[in-house]
Formats: sequence, structure tokens, C-alpha cells
Amino acid sequence: MIALQVNGKAVSVAGDATTPLLDVLRNQLDLKGSRYGCGLEQCGSCMVLLDGEPIYACSREIGTVAGRSITTIEGLGSVAQPHPLQQAFLDEQAGQCGYCLSGLLMSAKALLDRNPSPTRADIVAALDKHLCRCGAHPRILRAVEKAAVLLREGNGS
Amino acid sequence: MSDTLPLSIQTNRRLEKWIRFDPDRTVHLAVGKVELGQGNVTALAQIAAEELDVDLNRIAVLSGDTQDAPDEGQTTSSQSIEVSGRSVRLVSAELRARVLDRLAQRLNCSPAELTVEDGVIRRGDAPTGHDYWNFSAAEDFARDIEGTATPKPHTAYRVVGRPVPRRDLPAKVSGAAFIHDMVRPDMLHARILRQPNRGARLVSFDEAAVRRAERGEFRVVRVGDFVAFVGPDETVVQRAATAAPLHAKWDNVRQITTDQQEAAWLVGQPSNDRMLGTEIPEPRTHLMEASYSRPYIAHASMAPSCALAEYRSGHLSVWSHTQGPYPLRASLANVLGIAPDVITVRHAHGAGCYGHNGADDVAVDAAVIAMQVPDRCIRVQWRREEEFGFEPLGPAMHVTLRAALDDAGKPVDWTADIWSATHVQRPSTGGNMLTHDALPTPPPDPRPTDPPEANGGGGTRNAFALYDFPVKRVIHHLVLRPPVRTSALRGLGALPNVFAIECFMDELAERAGVDPVEYRLSMLSDPRARRLLENLAQRCNWSARGPAGSGRGLGLGWAKYKNKAAYAAVAVEVEVDQEVRLLRAWCTADAGLVINPDGGRNQLEGGIVQAASMTLKEQVRLEGDGVASLDWSNYPILRFSDVPEISTEIIDAPDQPTLGMGECTFGPTAAAIGNAVAHALGARIRDMPFTRERIAAVLLK
Repeated sequence: MIALQVNGKAVSVAGDATTPLLDVLRNQLDLKGSRYGCGLEQCGSCMVLLDGEPIYACSREIGTVAGRSITTIEGLGSVAQPHPLQQAFLDEQAGQCGYCLSGLLMSAKALLDRNPSPTRADIVAALDKHLCRCGAHPRILRAVEKAAVLLREGNGS
Repeated sequence: MSDTLPLSIQTNRRLEKWIRFDPDRTVHLAVGKVELGQGNVTALAQIAAEELDVDLNRIAVLSGDTQDAPDEGQTTSSQSIEVSGRSVRLVSAELRARVLDRLAQRLNCSPAELTVEDGVIRRGDAPTGHDYWNFSAAEDFARDIEGTATPKPHTAYRVVGRPVPRRDLPAKVSGAAFIHDMVRPDMLHARILRQPNRGARLVSFDEAAVRRAERGEFRVVRVGDFVAFVGPDETVVQRAATAAPLHAKWDNVRQITTDQQEAAWLVGQPSNDRMLGTEIPEPRTHLMEASYSRPYIAHASMAPSCALAEYRSGHLSVWSHTQGPYPLRASLANVLGIAPDVITVRHAHGAGCYGHNGADDVAVDAAVIAMQVPDRCIRVQWRREEEFGFEPLGPAMHVTLRAALDDAGKPVDWTADIWSATHVQRPSTGGNMLTHDALPTPPPDPRPTDPPEANGGGGTRNAFALYDFPVKRVIHHLVLRPPVRTSALRGLGALPNVFAIECFMDELAERAGVDPVEYRLSMLSDPRARRLLENLAQRCNWSARGPAGSGRGLGLGWAKYKNKAAYAAVAVEVEVDQEVRLLRAWCTADAGLVINPDGGRNQLEGGIVQAASMTLKEQVRLEGDGVASLDWSNYPILRFSDVPEISTEIIDAPDQPTLGMGECTFGPTAAAIGNAVAHALGARIRDMPFTRERIAAVLLK
């Protein structure tokens, strides 16, 4: 058994240590918000936070995160209680198919945690490892800017 | 009346198939068009809410279900709002009229005295005590749609024409939302060992070697040359499938040479040829000529395709992110040799597909396995290299334009000469399902066809320039044996054709010494197109455009999608040194009555970004036994740092019929980039994508 923290809760997972973190999150812990896109650290659909820093869950072996803290999109907020970042994405209708969004939101969260007042260039740099095929990029950038304002104004959780 | 009814109603005449009032004071609306990330289901709900006069949040929509929703064919060609929207409007108006007619009889008053507010019916200022839910009766629904009710005038709209947030987006920014996330009882995961190509035969497969590579629990399901790894643990079957190709030997594997990946290879290949337009011989003098091309393009969905299937008690249930649940059911029946009425296909959300990708093929994979492993739910997810390697590709296209000019340098005779493989290859149009080719009794060879001109054509889509040239003709070579399977990609031939036409117009304007916008307007009589171009030119400050060759360029292009749908004009400002950098983009569109303006803008913006990505970066690489660009590093697309600021304006035209906006910016964007880059460099690139090598090549000329 491998013990770790996921979204603030202690969990123990079975299986071999080389299982991808993404498979553990999706199939053992029923956290389906982290998404498979490529398995190659090329698209960002699977991005989660490891001790607050974005990592690709698709290729990260579960054995390497024992004892550490993982945050997924489910740890950010929910449909009923969205995080200001999620709310800003909905306010800006920042998405089309939406498949890339949960990973993008995690990178945006890490950015705003370390830099509450990012410039447009800071946001682009933080999100540039993520792919979006629908072309929602301009809206996504506006949504992160808006979330930064919401969080600075204290509407954040 | 019935001959003017939208196709969706003609094929689904029963009212109860579309709509009902549910006891929880909601309205159940069922439609055959499906949500692919374009927001159509939200817009259809707006139309129903408007005509019924109920709050939008009371409209519950079921979309894409062969048991419980109407058959509206494929969700393609920007038709959801044009066709399904028109149907929902008529159906809702008719239901409202029927209920009010019956109540008016009961109250011995005129239906015109009755009004509806959020489903509650009033007579003048007085409540009637009735609403849709307590007054509607079975007889209101159990009937054929007449299509004679008069919908509201647009001047009375309160819900249609207002920006409304997408219904499906909250789940998609929060957690489980996609078919990939579905969990069913007794579910098993599966992965496929793919037949390299139609006709390839599996001569040996070393299962023991695969089991040495992956020691977890799985079973191998083999039917002919179709091999699947099936088990309870997704990680295990994924690893088995990843290891498998090394231990499989195939005969009769095709060999593709890299020259076949280029559009130029198509020219002179065996083809079905036809000529459309003016039947007089082309003139031989005063001809200007230029050729333009686009290579093979991947749909490149963010999510590899996925499907679930289960066969229980003689019934096959399939969940799919297909564009067409009913056509997929017909394909499944054909492949499996069972009756359509023992199959149910239900739509579940997938990542954006932008046309015919692996969605239907993976559903057949899942169904074939489910028939071998009954009473379990089989979930198949393609691997990333499988999606890139085996989805149908957007066809390469080579377009040569020839124009005879008058003394003022204006075309008097115009020819488009097009080489392309088929743009739509579904089972209903002569194509095959991928999996079917690997089964013991494969289907006959595909019979390439292209969509008829009435549907907008395929290779010929937008091929007739909309300028007032006296003579126009299109020569279409449908290439019969392309190296890869091709099928529908957003806009079909519109992107390459509009790119060619609008770039050639700039070249001819330059030759005539006339400003490109002025040159276009001098041959453009359609008032909506003129208004569009004039609006765009003003917004992008066209009159201040500098000289060519400065390294900075401004270019534009426009089209009326399919020559009968939405108008869009796009301008782009670029900076070019070794690469093209997009600085700004402007778009003006005229799509008639717009249902959800924010949804429309999202489609315009997304179309611009995706078309820019294809124009600047994308080409499927072919080598060896097939597609060689099998991951994102070998198939790069536009990134956040590449995307410009985009400003869109939708011309208000609520008195005009709605025109779908999903594809209208595609051609204009490619053309605007082509023209802006030519303006920046003082030299023209006519072949996509605009790589460093191509920029260097035109500069060295």
C-alpha cells in the first residue's frame, strides 16, 4: 500500500509502484476530473498539483509521490461550490469542448498561488505547456486574469 | 406545407418524439443533434424556451439517443441551428398553440386572449388556474407535426438573441463530464492491436511474449485480424497493447513514401473528373495562374476516442461521442450482422472532434468485443498514437486557379482546378468502419464519393468564387486511391478553396495596381458581403496599411460558407522574420438571426485559432506503413504564446434566417494569413503550412 494525501484527505492505494498517478486517481479514487490526453507529458490534460506545483499525472509513477500531497480539480471546487478560478472560467465561457480545462485550471491555480498579480505574459508562460484544440485560448487568458482580480478582492476561498 | 418542413421534422413527424411536459414542471426536449463542444444544445433549449414561454432552466434536453430522441442524422456542416433549431421552433410553437387552442375552447374565448408566463396560462390579467403541466393531455402530443403554427416574430424575443452560458460547462471545469469518465456495472477495460491497414493479415502473434511484458490479468479477444486486450485494470490492458505491436507480424502491409504526404502528389493520380459551371472552353490568352495547397490534416482531438458497449439478453447498448447516433447504429448493424432494432446508441460527451475522427470506429471496437464478452460493459479507449495513426484524415488538396483578365486587370473568365481525395467517407457514403476491415468478412473496397453540390460539395466546397466574374468553372478531380483514409474535417474543401481564391484576388489586385479591398468591392454586388468587407476594413484600419515587404503585414479574406450559409470576413496582422507571429485578428460575421451571441462569438474565435494553427503549423507526416506523426511533438498545433488578440463583431440581422457559425471563419482566416504574410514579406507562400523552410525559400527567390 502506498499512502498519500489527495485533496486534503489521507488515502492508501494498492497496486504496483509504477502505476501512473493518473490511473490511480481515475480508477482507484474515482477522481475523473484529471484527464488522459497523450500519456507523454505533451498536452497537459492530466495536470494536477504535487505539493502545490503542477505535474503531469499521466507519466508520474504512484511510487514517487508516497507521503506527498496531491490536489486535483475536485479539490479546487465543485459545480455547487466553484473556486473563483472555476467561476471566472464560467463567467468568461472560457472553453468549448472543455477537455483541456481541468488541467489548465490546475496550472492556473499554481500560478495565482505564487503570483497573485500576474501579467498577461506570466499567464501565457504558465499555460503554454497546455494544448487546447478548440481555440478557446483568448477566453482562457481573460478568465485567469479575472480570477486573479476576484481572488485579490477577497472573493476567493 | 409539409414539403417546406425542415428535414428533421420530415423524418420525425411524431410530436411526442420531440417534446413533452414532465411532472416536475420541466419541459423534456429531445433532439438528434449532439453537443460536440459547440454549444448547440444550449441554443436549442433557448429556442424551445422562447416559443413555449417558459424559463430556460425548465428545458431539459436529451440529445442523441436512438431509443428516445429523433433521428437527425449527423451533427455536421453547421446545421444544428439551421435545421434542428428550425425544427425545435416549429415543434414548440405548435405545442403551445395546441394547448392554448384547447384551453380557449374550454373557456369559450379566443386563443389570442391567452398568454403564457413561465408555463402558466393567463387570460388577460386573470389567472386561468391552468398551466402546461396540469392542462396538457396525451392528445396534444400523440400526433403528427403539422408545421403550420406561426412562431413568434423576432421582435418579441426575450430569450433568443441573449447571451446564455453553456449548460455543460460547469461539469467540465469541475470533474467527471465525459464518456471517458463513465463507469458501468461489470465494466472491463479494453485496448486494441490495430491492423496496420485494410488487407493486412496477422501471420503471427506471440501472446506469451506480451504476457511476459505485462503480467497483470487480461484476456485476448481475437476475431480475424482484430485483436483486443480486455481486463479489469486499465493500466494492465494499456501496457499489454503498448507492448503488442512488437510481437505481431503482419503480411500485406502498405508502404507509403514521403512524397505521398504532399498535396502535389495528388496531381495526375487516377481520378473521377467532372466540370461544373459555364460550359465554354477556357480562353488561351491573358491567363494568370497560381497553385495553392493544403496537406493532410489531423482532427487531433484532445482526447483519444472512447466508447462503451454491452451485450445483454440479446440487446446491444452503445455509448459514443459519435456525431450521428442513428447512422452509427446502422453501421453497427451492418458490421455485426444484427438488426438495428436490437441496438441502442446513446450520445455521451467527448472532446471536440471537428469532423469525422475515431469516434465511430472505437464504438465498433467496443461492440465487437462486447459480442464476444456478453453481460459485461466493455470500455475501449484509443491510445494517443492510435488516434493520430488511425483516425480518418482531412484530405490534402491542390487548387490551381486560372483567370483571363480584361484591360483593367479584372477576371472575365475564372477556373478552379481541384485535386483532392474524398471529403466525406462514412459508411453511408461508401466508406468502411476501421474495425470492419479487420474482421473475417471485410466489406468491399470503399467507393469514394463526395458530398453533392446541394449539400455544399466536398472538394468543391466554396470553389465558385462569389465575385461577379462573367464566366466561372470548376474542374474537380476526385482522387480515387489516396495513401490514407480521408473523411470530413471542419469546413471540408472550404479552407483550401477560400485560401486559394482570396490569395489569388490579392495577387491580381497587386498586378492591377489596385488596393485589394477596393479591387474586391469593384466586383462584388452582394450587399451583405459588401457591408461585411467595409465593416472589417474600417475596424482593422485598412486604409492605414503600410507598404509591402516591411516584415509587418495586414491581410484579409472573406467567404460565405458553402456559398449559401454564414458570411465571415477575417483580417490578420502579422510580423514575420524566421517564423510568422500573429499580432491581432479581427472578424466580422453575418449569420442572420443569432440565437446565443456569446456562443456564436466563441465559435468564430475558435475557428480563427484552429484555422490559423492549420495554416501555420499542421501537416500529417506519412512514412513507412502509415502516419508517422503520432504525438503532439510531431504534430504541433498553436499554443497560448502563438494566439493573437481576437476582436469579433456580429452584424445584427435578426430578420434573416439563422446561419450556423461553426465553420465560416475557416477559409477567411487561412486567406487573411496568406495575404498578411505576403504583405509582410513582399513575396507569397502558396502552400500550407507556413514553415520556416517555406518562409526562407520565398525570401531567397
